[in-house]
Amino acid sequence: MGDTIRVELNGKERDVRAGLTVRGLLETLELEPGLVVVERNREIIARARYDEVAVREGDRLELVHFVGGGA
Amino acid sequence: MGPERSEPLVIGGKEFHSRLIVGTGKYADPGVMVEAIRASGAEVVTVAVRRIDLDRSEGILHVLDPSEFFLLANTAGCFTADDAVRYARLARAAGFNEWIKLEVIGDVETLLPDTQATIEAARVLVGEGFRVMAYTNDDLVTALRLEDAGCVSVMPLASPIGSGLGVVNPYFIREIKRRLSVPVIVDAGVGTASDACITMEQGVDGILMNTALASADDPVAMARAMRYAVRAGRLAFMAGRMPVREIAVPSSPTRGMVG
Repeated sequence: MGDTIRVELNGKERDVRAGLTVRGLLETLELEPGLVVVERNREIIARARYDEVAVREGDRLELVHFVGGGA
Repeated sequence: MGPERSEPLVIGGKEFHSRLIVGTGKYADPGVMVEAIRASGAEVVTVAVRRIDLDRSEGILHVLDPSEFFLLANTAGCFTADDAVRYARLARAAGFNEWIKLEVIGDVETLLPDTQATIEAARVLVGEGFRVMAYTNDDLVTALRLEDAGCVSVMPLASPIGSGLGVVNPYFIREIKRRLSVPVIVDAGVGTASDACITMEQGVDGILMNTALASADDPVAMARAMRYAVRAGRLAFMAGRMPVREIAVPSSPTRGMVG
């Protein structure tokens, strides 16, 4: 198989395996789903939907988390 | 410290026992950060929302236990109301709480807030069920508008973010405190313990600081100093200070001197 799709991940183009769900993508990137917030095409994906939402060609994905910050 | 009357700080219906809120930015060492936060006695800590660095994921929750502190996400770095709303939604989706420290910056050099955009974003976020604590300048009218918008706390600056100049306009801080019903938490500008004490002596409900701790030579020791300074300032305010006089008034009896 080896099919890939191109997505924009945190502002950078990236080829990922075709057919991944959001959860599958996070696993591929070795990210803990409980510590990540995913925005897909400007829409936040609820964690409960990580298993059902598919990553598609051309998706603009933002993967964010908490970092140190004050003001 | 003996039998000190516990006087909780209530923000948006939630009770806190420390009047010091601390940030988690700029620390050279994450272990020192955690130790400093513990030494400060703060219950509420602020965090920022940023893209994950996919080559090197190091979120703050790997070092900071979210069950030990109340996480208050901020919208730092946002320059428009839309961006601030977007960041607030992302922060809420992290799943900890619906609180947000709203800040919309209007000027890169001074990091002074865009007050109009802040009010606009506050209205939207309150409408979406957020508990909004809004960073603002020391302008009374803006503070009143933010309260009207439904913010659970208004957070005027003591002086610009990261400046360490202390409270440059105590009169306006007092005015804001006098006129608002929601808690007033001074946010930004405090540099050392005396600044924190003087700020609390204006009668405000609390202080948020970050750089004063993170950029001290010894953040843990400074955190301890700030903890006492905030308490001392609060106690002094509650005690009601003596009047200031331009002349000396003896504190020993003037009668009964040996003749």
